[in-house]
Amino acid sequence: MSIVAEAPTPSFPHRHLLGIEGLKRDEILSLLDLSEEAAAQSRRVDKKSSDLRGRTLINLFFEASTRTQSSFELAGKRLGADVMNMSIPTSSIKKGETLIDTAVTLNAMRPDLLVVRHHAAGAVELLSQKVDCSVINAGDGSHEHPTQALLDALTIRRHKERFEGLTVAICGDIMHSRVARSNILSLNTLGARVRVVAPSTLLGEDVDRLGVEAFTSMHNGLKDADVVMMLRLQRERMASSLIPSQREYFHFYGLDAEKLANAREDAIVMHPGPMNRGVEIDALIADSPRSVIREQVEMGVAVRMAVLQALARHLPNE
Amino acid sequence: MTVMDTEHEPEAASRPHRKPLALVNARLIDPASGLDAFGGLLVANGTIADLGMHITEGSIKGAESLDCGGRTVAPGLIDMMVFCGEPGHEHRETLATASRAAAAGGVTTICCMPNTDPVIDDVALVDFVRRRARDTALVHVHPMAAMTRELKGEDMAELGLLQDAGAIAFTNGKLSVANAKLMRNVLSYAKDYGALIVHHPEDANLAGDGVINEGEVATRLGLLGIPTEAETMMLDRDIRLVELTGGRYHAAQISCRASLDVIRSAKARGLPVTCGVSINHLTLNENDIGPYRTFFKMIPPLRSENDRQAMIEGVASGDIDVIVSAHDPRGAEGKRRPFAEANDGAVGLETMLGAGLRLFHNGEITLHRLLNALSARPAELLGLAGGRLVKGAPADLVLIDLEMPWTVAREDLRSKSKNTPFDEARFEGRALVTFVAGHPVYHYG
Repeated sequence: MSIVAEAPTPSFPHRHLLGIEGLKRDEILSLLDLSEEAAAQSRRVDKKSSDLRGRTLINLFFEASTRTQSSFELAGKRLGADVMNMSIPTSSIKKGETLIDTAVTLNAMRPDLLVVRHHAAGAVELLSQKVDCSVINAGDGSHEHPTQALLDALTIRRHKERFEGLTVAICGDIMHSRVARSNILSLNTLGARVRVVAPSTLLGEDVDRLGVEAFTSMHNGLKDADVVMMLRLQRERMASSLIPSQREYFHFYGLDAEKLANAREDAIVMHPGPMNRGVEIDALIADSPRSVIREQVEMGVAVRMAVLQALARHLPNE
Repeated sequence: MTVMDTEHEPEAASRPHRKPLALVNARLIDPASGLDAFGGLLVANGTIADLGMHITEGSIKGAESLDCGGRTVAPGLIDMMVFCGEPGHEHRETLATASRAAAAGGVTTICCMPNTDPVIDDVALVDFVRRRARDTALVHVHPMAAMTRELKGEDMAELGLLQDAGAIAFTNGKLSVANAKLMRNVLSYAKDYGALIVHHPEDANLAGDGVINEGEVATRLGLLGIPTEAETMMLDRDIRLVELTGGRYHAAQISCRASLDVIRSAKARGLPVTCGVSINHLTLNENDIGPYRTFFKMIPPLRSENDRQAMIEGVASGDIDVIVSAHDPRGAEGKRRPFAEANDGAVGLETMLGAGLRLFHNGEITLHRLLNALSARPAELLGLAGGRLVKGAPADLVLIDLEMPWTVAREDLRSKSKNTPFDEARFEGRALVTFVAGHPVYHYG
């Protein structure tokens, strides 16, 4: 059972965090509140607490990652957990069966928390069905990346103090982005107005059915936006002719001062990293005072600490 | 410039006419509105300043006047398919020589195809062609850029940047894009820029090594045939992709009855689909090839008489939107060869109007439909201001004598290459004077 219905306490009643889908507004907000405390903890000289002492956290990454994996590793260590990183190169895992075998093997090592990233959409949920511990989705294919959406929401709230009435423009490779999907779900749940901006080839069919307004022009899409969220462009998109070239992409969709001028004067600029300067974002914008990209990284650790704590409350204590 | 018209300077096209010019005693035809009236037309500053009954000899003070003797004044022709050769094949044709041929045929705007050497798939080349045309051409020249890099059908070209640089539309030249996923992406991407995709529909595998329409003629001549299905199947696929993406699609040329049916059904469904036909496929058929005459070898191949009749019906009904010359200059080195080894293509800029008027004189297509497909409709598809006889429109005009008999002599063609299938053809009607931006760029005789 993954969802405990109508439980008054604790405020985050789920055993796993597989996605933003299914989370209620109050649940997201309680995670953000908990994250604020974690952020404060991370700014102390002694950053370590004992909330997760004795717990084992395994980072299981089937897809290469630097920042998400180290962010989870730090989060676990600051809470006093024992953290182990397992990186499994994609080439050695090709079939669903092998994924489940891996899960069964790991389960026998009795971890308490399992952080999983996998290149296939739905793989993390599949794995969660085969283990006894709590599972956190650190990105499954183009499906979801819930902790990214939470850290983005936290960063937005710290600057804008609310979600209602905000206009958030998510720009770039919407079709292939798990960051976009999780953010659309979370920001819609929190009451913001979400726009997506991309060439038609990267928007995804029927994307408007996800509760967003779709634009193919940055000028129109950024008009009066409070938050501009850029997405990373993968080189594969050129190879598969979804867009012709990096220079054309930058010309029409790269965030520069001229395009940003369409947004509100106090609009903040976000990026999940790692950035391609000169492809989706101009270096001057990335380093400008309106950019909150470094703060996003800091909030990433805080949000992951909060998620680990919230899930650990459901772990058996005896 | 190596070749320069003695009477006319290229810069003339961009220079405003010094004095207003009144074309008087004319039959004015604006095919888009159906206007067909006797009167006069006043040209000033490169545009049509006024037109109507009140413009007569001496009615406009300070204007030069030209008595048209009751002959027809119509919008200059707009040709959506001209293979030029510059850059890379200047021995066949340059922008200058193509533009002189155009002017002599009443054509005031040409779209040049990107299958040059190098291929026009880069903003610098679009810029080169435009500047070169500005400096050397007598008529308006708009480059169509490649929709895939190097026309290889593998990677999408920079459609957005190319359009900003002045590419009027996108095409893969005489090559079809076989990869359906790429075609889908191109249509979908082009839609964001409102760009028109002009595609040559032909399944290269099915066409194979064919050199002539498949059927009795091919069998008798012992030549490999190309079935009409090679065209119709690709057209069918493209239209499904238009349905999926909503991109604007123009079939560069169709050549057979089955393709016309496909276009009709797409239009009936309200899809943004249009098509063209070459003057050759309207006026010639496979039997004209006779004893392996390579000047009649082209892509798509000349089809059966039934198919030709279908093309006429299509223009008459408006289902075929535009008529193109498919002007494709080829030298003797490419044409004086065994049929199967000879180059495809025929020149057509100077003969398109005369050949088209055959259909009018035969009562097969009305004059308005004919001129509409040669001027107003292409202007509409390309978003050009020309193609109209209305106040404020550019004074790109042609004075046509509808009845004048003349005979085509290939050696007299202004095109650098003389590969015309109409050598010694007798035509009735031709351009007498061609105006670009109000300036005469061609006088007959």
